[in-house]
Amino acid sequence: MVDASTRQKLFGTPETNFLNCSKGWKSWAFTLDHKRIGIMYLIGVTVALFLAGVFALVLRSHLFTFDSTMLSDDMYNQMFTLHGAVMVFSFIIPSIPAALGNIVLPMMLGAKDVAFPRMNLASFYLWIIGTGCLLLAILSGKGLDTGWTFYTPYSIDTNTGVIYATFGAFILGFSSIFTGLNFLVTVNTMRSKDQGWFKLPLFVWSLYATAIIQVLATPVLGITLLMLIAEKTLHIGIFDPKYGGDPVLFQHFFWFYSHPAVYIMILPAMGVISELISVYSQKRIFGYSFIAFSSVAIALLGFLVWGHHMFTSGQSLVVTLIFSAITFTVAIPSAVKVFNWLATLYKGSILLNTPMCYALSFIFLFGIGGLTGLFLGALSTDIHLHDTYFVVAHFHFVMVGGTLTALLGGVFHWWPKIWGRMYNDFLGRVGCFLVFSGFNLTFFPQFVMGSRGMPRRYASYDPEFQIFHQLSTVGAFVLGIGILLSFVVLVYAALRGPRCSSNPFRAASLEWQSSSPPDFHNFLQTPVLTDPYDFESQVYDEELDTYIPREFANPDKVAPRKEPVHH
Amino acid sequence: MNWQLPLMLAQTNDSNLENLRERTEAISMQGTTVPDSSLIREGTSNPFATEYWFPTQASSFAGEVDFLYMSIFWISLVFFVAIIGAMVYFCVKYRRKDGVIAPEPSSSHNTAIEILWSVLPSIILVWIFYVGAETWFEMRIPKENAEEIQVTAKQFGWLFTYEDGDQTNELHLVRDKPVRLIMQSEDVLHSFFVAAFRQKMDIVPGRYTYAYFEPIKDGVYRLSCNEYCGTGHSKMKTACIVHTSEEDRKNNTKWIEAEKTPFENGQRIYQIHCSGCHKVDGQAATGPALNLIWGENEKMIDGTTELVNEDYVLDSIWYPEKHIVEGYGPVSKMNSFKGILDQKDVDYVIAYLKELKEQSGDAK
Repeated sequence: MVDASTRQKLFGTPETNFLNCSKGWKSWAFTLDHKRIGIMYLIGVTVALFLAGVFALVLRSHLFTFDSTMLSDDMYNQMFTLHGAVMVFSFIIPSIPAALGNIVLPMMLGAKDVAFPRMNLASFYLWIIGTGCLLLAILSGKGLDTGWTFYTPYSIDTNTGVIYATFGAFILGFSSIFTGLNFLVTVNTMRSKDQGWFKLPLFVWSLYATAIIQVLATPVLGITLLMLIAEKTLHIGIFDPKYGGDPVLFQHFFWFYSHPAVYIMILPAMGVISELISVYSQKRIFGYSFIAFSSVAIALLGFLVWGHHMFTSGQSLVVTLIFSAITFTVAIPSAVKVFNWLATLYKGSILLNTPMCYALSFIFLFGIGGLTGLFLGALSTDIHLHDTYFVVAHFHFVMVGGTLTALLGGVFHWWPKIWGRMYNDFLGRVGCFLVFSGFNLTFFPQFVMGSRGMPRRYASYDPEFQIFHQLSTVGAFVLGIGILLSFVVLVYAALRGPRCSSNPFRAASLEWQSSSPPDFHNFLQTPVLTDPYDFESQVYDEELDTYIPREFANPDKVAPRKEPVHH
Repeated sequence: MNWQLPLMLAQTNDSNLENLRERTEAISMQGTTVPDSSLIREGTSNPFATEYWFPTQASSFAGEVDFLYMSIFWISLVFFVAIIGAMVYFCVKYRRKDGVIAPEPSSSHNTAIEILWSVLPSIILVWIFYVGAETWFEMRIPKENAEEIQVTAKQFGWLFTYEDGDQTNELHLVRDKPVRLIMQSEDVLHSFFVAAFRQKMDIVPGRYTYAYFEPIKDGVYRLSCNEYCGTGHSKMKTACIVHTSEEDRKNNTKWIEAEKTPFENGQRIYQIHCSGCHKVDGQAATGPALNLIWGENEKMIDGTTELVNEDYVLDSIWYPEKHIVEGYGPVSKMNSFKGILDQKDVDYVIAYLKELKEQSGDAK
């Protein structure tokens, strides 16, 4: 039996919360609170997103005309390289796990923090140092012009800041490994009593699968980059044919990490989408175990397909066939997720707010991204499409249309929990619309350019492609405005948005049982273990204008369940 | 397009500077203009037609590649329309009605449907893989009667050496004659790509790689470098010309030094070996422009001045690190051509540079 004052204490807006419980820059710089670390990560990756985004707008502006002299060829090469390197290493890979995951994961387990809070802070500082080292390539005046892929022997020969950049990526790799290790141990050891694996939100499953990849694959990149530095400085003769090395070996080592890396980018995004679709349809996610297992399947199969980036590299016929075949198997678990999300919408009670708009946007854009992967997995078509704009369009559809869209959706979804303030939903949806339409305008024409033969990484091109480039450039600016608008809406909400309650949308995972913003310790008392997709476990409390677990509600005012508790 | 045309243009007695630029540009772009692929495609603005997505089908397997692409296109379109259609329909039909947050109870798992929607797409994927692999074998295994052409790629140009020893920097082929390219790089990774043939293969320093195709259609096609190789990657393009007959091709590839003037020989050497980095339209590139350089006093990176005479040209070609023009340092980016160009070749280059300079004098 719970009285009104207890309800107020647990779920009402708190005086003291994790944001104001300690003040001063040191309380943030030396914090061990996963929520504060997550926020600092969010600020960091946003800066990286904007910086790499500016590089993109510069290069898209240059490409507006086919023989533009806005940039020299060298400067253009630097722009696309830095855009890729900063986006991949400093933005996309950490984004969802380190920013959203850090804030939300422990709370989804009913825990006070991650297993290793100090390692968590160290991981953040490694991100700062790694990003700084990467940016030293620019700040030193040397620049970087190898493409984010650092293929040899060009990366060995060039005089640009390859060593700064690769060392920066090496350090960022440790940031990623630490996050992954922390999450694996946290999920294994810090779940609530009786919270079995199949009572976990799917976001947790996705972060777990991602963490496996982070821990196993990232070291390979680290070693590869060190070997590249050794080749440049000591001429050890591993990648440079002048000293008996093999340039294609670099590609094998590089892609052995970088292919699983794309699953680091997409799996947490898919986890976010599972949360959004179910909460905003108020329906248990359809096919829970299939979605959970598909995350693990994608993580494991993802280690076996790296050669599909190398069909034209001169590798043997046999491995080319094998890589193509296995590549097709990875498509199935992804498709299964999409079908299960649709089935979740069926007969749901659908709220089309900002996070849900992003989730629906994801299905559309990731759908195209995934389907265009089929053209690239098939051998005969890939030969034609490899290293053309078709590939550029494909990976932007999955990384931006997939990961960035899911990140924005997740940030909007959990924003009220973090700040205790609500965002302007109308403007949030306007931002989503601009991102969606700007993105499509930017990248859809690139499929056509690619199949018509426009190579990638070209500073100038044949006049027939100009109209497509112009559409693409306009789209890029619309996309930029959409992202900027979303950023403004979020910052405004965090600082001055109207106060909101602990659980405004009747979510059922454990983080919504804390106050908004949460207490430093997350929960003032152990949360009631509810199934994360059992929305009927949450009932409306008039006084607090929020949804709370049945166990805490006033029994006189609570209607009985329509459905029994799911087993 | 044969070698005669740019020479005819060069010999026109025209004092218009604008015209000179056009003429020297035609020469420096390795000769042939590659038309828009849309002009030689059957050209359409219908995105559901194969022609919309591709250049012309100029090789024996291009049609099969396009067929698989369009098959995947239609399969994807059907699935995509179904998925998004369902999504939009559900969002409209099941939109939350005022005040009622809870939906009607419904099932949340169905193993039969999970199996169905895993197995059916799998079957389609197996088919796609199979068709892709089948055509790909045709693209990788040359016919026995294929002629062999050597491809040498370097930053930032192409050199093709034919079975009879001729050399060009545009690729000249004969319709219906299968060809096997044996490719090597002088420096970094490059990649051979002719979109009209749907064929591509990386060129890897330290080994040979191979590409195979059978051209089935006359025409001029774009040949691009398709693996990022540095500053001039976007400029590393040339033409691939498919001739109707062997004789027609021979007329375009053969070069008999004794039958040509020193200017013509020098121009050819320029096109093959120098045009990747040196322009003759006045524009600085990886190296200085060459059209006005003869007889000038050039400033070097160490502040001294050198006269561009015969000796300077010989030094520049054989010992490029000796004289580095201001703005192109600190080290020479040019490899030595000693052993590749003998003194006679240098004579031809000198003749070429002299005459380029004279022509620009006429234009003043």
